[in-house]
This record gives sequence, C-alpha cells and structure tokens, in this order.
Amino acid sequence: MKYIETSSGLWEVVIGLEVHAQIISESKLFSSASTKFGVSPNENVSFVDAALPGVLPVINSFCIDQAIKTGLGLNGSVNLKSYFDRKNYFYADLPQGYQITQFHHPIISGGHVEIETEDGEEKKVCLDHIHIEQDAGKSIHDQGPTKSFIDLNRAGIALMEIVTKPDMRTAEEAASFLRKLRSILRYLKTCDGNMDEGSMRADVNVSLHRPGTEYGTRAEIKNVNSIKFLITAVNYETERQIALLEAGKEVEQETRLFDSSTGKTVGMRSKEDANDYRYFPEPDLPPLILEQSRIDAIRETIPELPDAKAARLQRDYSLSHYDACLISSEKEVADFYERAVVSIDSNENIAKILSNWITGELFALFNKYSTDINNSRISPEHMGELVILIKTDIISGKIAKDVLELMWETGESPSNIVEEKGLRQIVCSDTITESLREVLAQHADKVEEYKNGKDKLFTFFIGQAMKKTQGKANPQMLNEILKKLLSE
Amino acid sequence: MHSLSLYEIKKGLLKKDFSSTELTGHYLQRIEKFQYLNAFITVCADHALRAAQQSDRKIANGNVRELEGIPMAIKDLFLTKGIRTTAGSQMLNNFIPPYESTVSEKLLDAGVVFLGKTNMDEFAMGSANLTSYYGSVVNPWSKDKKLVPGGSSGGSAAAVAGHLCAAATGSDTGGSVRQPASFSGIVGLKPTYGRCSRYGMVAFASSLDQAGPMTKTVRDAAILLKVMSGYDEKDSTSSPKEVPDLESFVGKSIRGLKIGIPKEYRLDGMSDDIVKVWRKAALMLKDAGAEIVDVSLPYSKYALPTYYIIAPAEASSNLARYDGVRYGFRENGISLNDLYENTRAEGFGDEVKRRILIGTYVLSAGYYDAYYLKALKVQKLIRQDFMNAFEEADVLLTPTTPTSAFAFGEEPKDPVTMYLNDVFTVTANIAGLPGISVPVDLDSLGRPLGLQLIAPHFKEELLVQVGSALEEIANFPALKEII
Repeated sequence: MKYIETSSGLWEVVIGLEVHAQIISESKLFSSASTKFGVSPNENVSFVDAALPGVLPVINSFCIDQAIKTGLGLNGSVNLKSYFDRKNYFYADLPQGYQITQFHHPIISGGHVEIETEDGEEKKVCLDHIHIEQDAGKSIHDQGPTKSFIDLNRAGIALMEIVTKPDMRTAEEAASFLRKLRSILRYLKTCDGNMDEGSMRADVNVSLHRPGTEYGTRAEIKNVNSIKFLITAVNYETERQIALLEAGKEVEQETRLFDSSTGKTVGMRSKEDANDYRYFPEPDLPPLILEQSRIDAIRETIPELPDAKAARLQRDYSLSHYDACLISSEKEVADFYERAVVSIDSNENIAKILSNWITGELFALFNKYSTDINNSRISPEHMGELVILIKTDIISGKIAKDVLELMWETGESPSNIVEEKGLRQIVCSDTITESLREVLAQHADKVEEYKNGKDKLFTFFIGQAMKKTQGKANPQMLNEILKKLLSE
Repeated sequence: MHSLSLYEIKKGLLKKDFSSTELTGHYLQRIEKFQYLNAFITVCADHALRAAQQSDRKIANGNVRELEGIPMAIKDLFLTKGIRTTAGSQMLNNFIPPYESTVSEKLLDAGVVFLGKTNMDEFAMGSANLTSYYGSVVNPWSKDKKLVPGGSSGGSAAAVAGHLCAAATGSDTGGSVRQPASFSGIVGLKPTYGRCSRYGMVAFASSLDQAGPMTKTVRDAAILLKVMSGYDEKDSTSSPKEVPDLESFVGKSIRGLKIGIPKEYRLDGMSDDIVKVWRKAALMLKDAGAEIVDVSLPYSKYALPTYYIIAPAEASSNLARYDGVRYGFRENGISLNDLYENTRAEGFGDEVKRRILIGTYVLSAGYYDAYYLKALKVQKLIRQDFMNAFEEADVLLTPTTPTSAFAFGEEPKDPVTMYLNDVFTVTANIAGLPGISVPVDLDSLGRPLGLQLIAPHFKEELLVQVGSALEEIANFPALKEII
C-alpha cells in the first residue's frame, strides 16, 4: 500500500478512470460518413450527423465487432443483449440534442487489466464495464471575437467508454493502467490510442481517505489527454483535496477541468448544477442482440496480447522481464523484433543484443528523425544482420553505430556497407600490435609517465591507436595487446 | 372525375378516359377554388404538372408503374426533396429538405404525382388541426358551422374528403390518421408499427409513429399501403416481414371470422349516435356471416395516460434538434442559451411547448420511475390485453372517436379533454397494432362517423377484409360537393 504521510497522519488516494477510446472504423457509429482525421471542417458530415429532421441511426456493425473484440481482449464478458439510451442535453456541437449511448445495459461487463506498480508488483485493475456511444462535434470559440464555430466531423464517431473500478492508488498506477490499456487496444487494432489527436482521453475520478475508512467524496477531472497530464492532474488534485480535508473542509462532489498550461484543476460544475440528462431507451434502435457464434468468431481474431507476448519473449529468447515488456509494449516493435530474430540463426545471446540494439540505437534514430517503428527505413532483417556482424567481430559496436546511421540513410544492408566502406574490424594481432607500437614510439614520454603510475594514459594510447586504424581495431584485442606491450 | 377513387382513377388513366395532366390540372383548380379549406401548406403546381406529363408519356408508351400518374397529397411531415417541408411549424418554415422520405420515395417510384404538402397540427401534436402555424383546416363536411377535420393529419383528410386529390398520406402516433379520417368521412389506415419506414418523417414519438394511407375506399387504402410499406435498411425499427397482396382481400367473405367488441370501449359521454352505429355495424357484420364476441381489454383505461407520458417523453427529445443552430427558424441571442431560448420560445407553438414540458418532466431524475418507467410497464400490460383478446377474436370493432367532428369554437378548452379524442385510437399505437377507420354513417347533425377495426400485428389483410365488408354494408354517402 502506498500511503501519503502528512503531519496529520496517513492518506490514501483512490483513482478510477473513464477512458474514451475512439473505435477504429472507416465510418461513424450510426452513419456512413467518413471518420478521417484532419480534413476540412464539416467535410465528414452526413444528414444523420447533422441531425436533419427525419433521419434515423443505423448501427455500424463493424463498430460493434470492434467493441466485442475490445471486451474480449480486456477479459470482459460480452452481453448477448444490450441497449442504447439517449442522454439528453443541449449544446451547439450536439446536433441531435442528445447523445446515443448505453446507460443501463452496456455491451461489455467486467474485465481487467494487469499492470505493474512502481515497486514492480503485479496488480489487477478491474473494469466495471465498457459501453459504446457516439462522440459530439467540436465547438471552436477562438476564431472570432463574437462568433463560435462548429465542426461536426467528430460528431457521431464511435467511442468506447472503458470504465474502471476505483482500483488505482497512485498517479503512477493510473498512468501505468492507461499505458497498458493503450498498448492492448493498439494490439487489438480497435483504437489507435493517439491521445494528442483526441482519439483517447480520460476522465479521472480522484478521492482521498484515511486508510481503512470509507472512500471519500470524489472529484471528476474531465478530458485529460496525455499520460503526463494524468499524473500532473492526479498529483495536483491529491494535494488540493488533502489541503481541504486537513483544513477541516469538505471535498465537493464536482466536475473539474484540467488546465494543462498551469497543471491545475479548476471547478467546472458542482453536483447541484449537474445536468439532468433524462436518460431513456433510444426508440429508434431495437435492442442489440448478439449471436454467440459472432462472439466466438471474433475471439478467434484476437492476437497474442502484450502480457502473453512478453512472457513468451522472456521464455523463448531469455530476455529480461524489463526488455521483454519494453519490446512487447507495442505490437509493431514486437513484430519487428521477432522478424529480426527469426531472420538470423540466433542464439540466446544474440536475441538479447538484438533487443538492446532495437530499444537503444534504433529507437534513438526514430527520435532523431521524429518517426516511429512503422516508418523505419531499416528492415528487421538488416537489423538482425547488423547484430550478427557485431557478434562475429566483423565490426565493433562503435563502428556498428555508424553503420546503422548509414543503413538509415541508404537502405543498404549492413554487410554491403561494411564491405563498401571498408569498415571490417581489424582482428589481425600483428596489425594491431604494429599500430600500437607506432603509437607508443610516438609518445615515449607518455609511456614513461604511465609506467610511473599515471594509469589514465592507458585510454589515451587506445584512443590514438583507434585513430590510426580509423576505429576499426577490435577493441578487446587492442586492450589486451596494449596491456602486454606496456608490461614488456 | 375528381370524386373517383384511386382504384377508379388508375383504371381510367390506363383506359385513357382522361390523362394524368388533365386530372392533375383539375385537382389543382379545385385546390385553388377551395383554398379556404386550408388543406395545403404548399401546393407544387408546376412540379405536379411536369410529373403528370411524364406519367402521360409513360402511359402512352405502355410503360406504367403501379400508381402511374395518380395525383396525391402528402402530409407535410414527410420530407420531400426540394419541396419545403414544415411539419406545420414555424420552426421549419424555411426548410427545404435535401433528401426524400422513404414512403414518399416509394410513391414517386410508383409514379404518383405530388400535388402538394398538406396542413397538419404542429409536429403532429393535436386532434383538430388547430395547432398548425399555417392556420386551421376546415372540414369539407361543414354546413352551417365550420367543423374541424380532426388531426393531426387534418389537411390530408380534408383534401381527400373534399376531392382535392385521389388519396393522401398521413401519419399516426396516437390516432392522427384514423381520427381525422373518421371526422372527415374517409378511410384511414394505421399499419403495424414497423410496416412503413419512418426514414424521412419528421419524428414526433419514434416508438409510436407510423405512416398510413388516407383514402376514399378500403381498396384504395390496400393498394396504397402495399406501395408505402416494406423493410427499409435506413430504419432499424422497420420490419423485414413480407407485405401480403392486400388488395386481394377486398370483398373476401368474412364468414366465420370472429369480431370482438371490447366492453371497456363504452364510455360515459360518448354520443348516442356513435353507440347506435357501433351496435348496428356489429349486427350487420353478423348478418354477413361473422361471429360477434365480447372481449375485454381491462387495461385500456390506462392507455391514454400512458400515451401522454410516452409520446411527450420521446417528443421532448426528438424536438431538441430544433435549436436554431443548423437549419430552420432562428431567433438570435447574445449567448448560446439565449439563442436556444429565443428560437424555441418563438419557433414552437403552445401545444408543442406543453408536450415538450410534459416530456421533460416525466423523464427528469426523480420522476422517471414514477412516470416513464411505469408507463412502459403499463404498455406491456396493454399489449398483453390485446394478445389475450386476439385469442378470442380475429379483429376488434370499436368506435374511432367518442364524438363526431366538432365546430370551431366548440372544441374542448382544456387540453386534457381535447386529448380524449384519441381515447379509442391510442391503444393501437401503444400496442403497435394495425387499425383502420372506415366511415359508416352520418350522425343526427349530418357529420360523418367512423368505426375502427384493430387487428393483430402484421395482419393488415384482416383490416382490409373486414373493412371492405363493413364499407359495403354501411354504404356510406361520400361527400358530393363542398358547400
């Protein structure tokens, strides 16, 4: 248990999340309009989305399949009968004047996600349910002094609302949950998890209580759209609530907005001002009835998910738990890794080096060129080959970094680059000995100093010899031979 | 030629007794001549004549569709592409739909000529056509006093009764096809919920709304419903059930059919004439070979209050889209809430506002269980009532309305009494059942009286079969000329 200790004693934070995840689908939940991101305002708007008189919603069955897949992937149970309800409220970007959602009978009940806490312990975060709903449009207030603009491209896009139990106890746990959830959804290809594009966002419920007592009153923080903000928001809210409680005041049940520019949450509306949404069953849609066979067929399409994959990588390739999780956190990375591993005649040792090179040097290249694994200009096979070159002493690790850079630039195989540029490592002990002898001869004074106890000069000699061999000398041999020469 | 039935017109057009252009022109003249009836909100003369000429060419080529060249009136609740559709409200006074409703599209595809859009109670909320933004409609049967035509499809009823068209479409949420049909001496059929697509109909109460034909004869209703109905993938509540050849049930013997008389439909304050007509019709159907059985619908008395919870609840949500933001009427304001308040205060009439308020109230936190949820439970009981009754009877025979058409100024002044007009019709909507109103007689004041038949789900053919028998026996004197 992670408690916060203040002068008044121990506090425990209780966190629950409602994650809005946009379903990956070509068209909207109840209309055939496109869901493409980044098009001109109001380009993807059908008569249904604009809520013209007389239009009716028709369920996009692909979105239902996606929700089922998500439910199964998150260990939930799929309800064979679920219902849609209307949530009524007025807003300019809500054309119908109501949102179609699932209030009473959601499509998925239960479920859980395994996370790892800061202490490296396994923890299960339980889900209450997952329901399907349509998104609203966007109001734009900063385009003119007197007018607001409405963009309905997002209106009607399918969302899953993934609602957890109040199972998290620290901001880091909440972040860990959100990261894991995003990873699973990406594996399932049911949500792209791009928080900066708004396709995943969270409402965060935070309350404080003394350990062993009942949960406190919660505040709900709306629309937190990055993992960093999630941590900041929870921490701010924790401090705010502790300050209130320790001052003998009460935490109000209210909705708060997170301001990312200040890192603070501000009150939006209290419980008394809360909308009465007048939920009632959507009369335009019959109950959503699912056949067991449909669910079974979808179950067949669920890929190996990150936890299972990490366990397998750990087992098959003797990766550390940390490395296996790192490689498995994104399906594309794991796929890249596995393609690289199978492309070479691998052994355990190589598999481990490969993992380090992918998560280290290759990721550094992605960072440098602001891109990601999906746009890698280096193929998994070339990556495997590079590691073989290192492992078989054809090139050194240092040279390999340069080769990797050249691979990125040219798309060539590492072997070709090494041959063309003559980067093959010097493993001939005579050549290395000769180079070293020359260095020592040039710096006879320094050799004297070294022998008088200035040990640091060892690396100086190595550096000079590397320079002489254009960095191609096998570092290990260089070391050994130098030692021998200096002790002569 | 204007008093011909749709069936007769169809034959006449094919035999080339007259052309669609002639007939259309004739109806347009009558619409002009009897403008004071106020049956139409929008007349589309040019459009109609063009369509008629096209139909005449098709008839000449022998390339005819089911309803080729037949001039009809369309209730102004069906969206018609390019033709203003108002739903009787100022809110949609300037609304030109960019798409066609499924029902009107089916009619167009069958070759129907649209004469115009008929007047109606605002958003179909009313029983006398007194709530239309475009003024009230006069019942063509008016003599010394101006009578209401009933509502909400009052314009369609008046247009058919006054021979301003061959037939019309209506929509029925609580009786809006059958009640005005009864008041105006015509046939009005509300099919089973799900028979006709609601796509492109301005929604009032989604779980109750159904389109239906308003015609001069039962045969016409059968012909028209066959064309209007059928599964539509754009309406998830429409039924995939096959629609039978309804016309073939016209005149089919009713020998051996059991006709149920629900005892709960004898109400205090019902006019003696109606009670007499009801009894007489039952006897005559018996003479024609049917068996008359008493049935009980004990929960019927709760149908009206149930209806006045469910319908306004759905309406309060369905009408939220009329906010002045994207289309229709707008009254600006300095804030978004002002815009809403000004637009809706100005754009909606009193009856619509009343029902939005009722609907908002019954769905509110703290009242939902007591009103809306309870209404849904009662709805189940009412449905069960009918299921039980249909164990004993094939169809039910009831009055359509408790009174005949009333005169302007003599309408009930409080809304609740006004709502009683729907007391016999709402049950069919609550239970999703098909019902037909057939004109049978005139009362002592010379005003039309209709009787209603209610059949089990998707048994419209029984309505046609028994309805046509009732029609034949009753020999109702259709309106000869408008005074």
